[in-house]
Amino acid sequence: MAVADFQTVIGLEVHAQLLTRTKIFCGCSTAFGGEPNTHVCPVCLGLPGVLPSLNRRVVEMAVRTGLALGCAVRPKSVWARKNYFYPDLPKGYQISQYELPICEGGEVPLTLDGVERTVRLVRIHMEEDAGKNVHDVSADGSSGVDLNRAGVPLLEIVSQPDLRSADEAVEYLKSLRAIVMALGVNDGNMQEGSLRCDANVSVMRRGASEYGTRCEIKNMNSFRFLRQAIEYEVRRQVELVESGGRVEQETRLFDPDRGETRSMRSKEEAHDYRYFPEPDLPPVIVEPALVERLRAELPELPRARAARYQSALGLSAYDAGNLVADAAVAGFFDAALAAYGEGAEAAKKVANWLTGEVARLANETGEAAASWKLTPQKLAAVLRLVDAGTIGGPGAKQVVEEVFRTGAEPEAVVKAKGLAQVSDAGALEAAVDKILAANPAEVEKHRSGKKDLTGFFVGQVMKETKGKANPAVVNALLRKKLGA
Amino acid sequence: MSSSSLSLEEVRRIAALARLRLAPEEEERFAGQLSAILAHVEQLKELDVSGVEPMTHALAAGEVPALREDAVLPGLSPEEALAAAPAREGTAFKVPRIIE
Repeated sequence: MAVADFQTVIGLEVHAQLLTRTKIFCGCSTAFGGEPNTHVCPVCLGLPGVLPSLNRRVVEMAVRTGLALGCAVRPKSVWARKNYFYPDLPKGYQISQYELPICEGGEVPLTLDGVERTVRLVRIHMEEDAGKNVHDVSADGSSGVDLNRAGVPLLEIVSQPDLRSADEAVEYLKSLRAIVMALGVNDGNMQEGSLRCDANVSVMRRGASEYGTRCEIKNMNSFRFLRQAIEYEVRRQVELVESGGRVEQETRLFDPDRGETRSMRSKEEAHDYRYFPEPDLPPVIVEPALVERLRAELPELPRARAARYQSALGLSAYDAGNLVADAAVAGFFDAALAAYGEGAEAAKKVANWLTGEVARLANETGEAAASWKLTPQKLAAVLRLVDAGTIGGPGAKQVVEEVFRTGAEPEAVVKAKGLAQVSDAGALEAAVDKILAANPAEVEKHRSGKKDLTGFFVGQVMKETKGKANPAVVNALLRKKLGA
Repeated sequence: MSSSSLSLEEVRRIAALARLRLAPEEEERFAGQLSAILAHVEQLKELDVSGVEPMTHALAAGEVPALREDAVLPGLSPEEALAAAPAREGTAFKVPRIIE
């Protein structure tokens, strides 16, 4: 098989759940979880005789996103009904936008292998989410339908087929995720499905001028699954073409357990959606004054923020990129740096803790930065304790972990756990003397020039003092006693 | 397509998309009725409306439709929501097994 003889062409459709309090067309809560059908009303249940009424915040968030991505915002856009039958769609149609979406054009920046580029967008439109089917709810194999999610507002962000590899598709999604999170329109939680994507994938022989037939892959709710699904699908299509077959245009579902995509026959005939203008909703009018207000309110976007971290604070591209991937983490960084100090050295220290130990703890607990018990002030306090020599590196790590888990004050943790370093030369001298007396052979070697044995002595003193000795003081004592 | 007559096959397809089961005589009858409607639209298409913006709603010039504030309103209890459901499982609507 010769995947290398083929060019992969990918376009992504990203669905981003908007961070509104209420649903798009009714006043029901958008809260995630909860017992089935506890956030429902006649509108989102699709009962007869009701009228949808559009949530102002949905329009504002759509325009905000469009402006951040350089889209043209339509002064007048129109709702459409997309007709199909599925148990999670109570009305028998989804209210979406079709011919006249709220935003068109625009682009998403991405960096791959150090090269910056942009991926063009086709459009961004607003629509309502469907409910959730729960499989195998009872012994007879029936399914259950929960309509808490029905009517939750979504933005569908559609790219041009500008992506050329699974890696590029993943970077595109990462960049877009960081942007919608920075805009405060989406929480970036892919596991819970508040950000998810479909991929249109096709292959063409290198040098060919026409795209191959594409397949649409659904159900990818992580970066890893997106990469796996595209890589599998590319291999499948290349094998098909190489063996003289033809790719059929179809919808395929990614199965994460098998790492495969498979045909969704059920979706085939439903593809005729018979869109028509939604009679129950007037057009969406976006006035110039609203556009200007929202433009003025745009926050600093991830790419600009990362550039600033590099040029003004001297962070590496890697650290800067890690920090801005989550606007809440970047905000934490800014606050912690302000509380701690100024300049490149301080910035580097704060960044190291955030992208290292703190990121590890956050991954482990799955806690979003907004709800960390470790505050920027507390992280700054830990750094000051290190600078003052009160605690050493290993002690600081324990303090950060304890503060992250419990929210305790760093000084209190140092006391409670007995982590304070011993910096008093008088108190450490006995330990140094004991180690030197116990290792006469090493002392002799050191005197005759084997200076790298200093590390051995420091290690022994640390062991003797249960890690509490200040290494700098121990080093000074050793120099004095062994001769420089 | 300029022809405004609808074949029986097209009628069946539209009926299937709308989840309608039609008797053979209904297929015949609706093919005739739908063709007549299409013929009427064909006739309307003779008018030159190239300079007219399509109107989907009766909106006065300069009118900006009101939007709803993003504030939670009371909805239905699960009991009320499920009152007319043919079957339930807990507080979920129970439906025949969905196979993907």
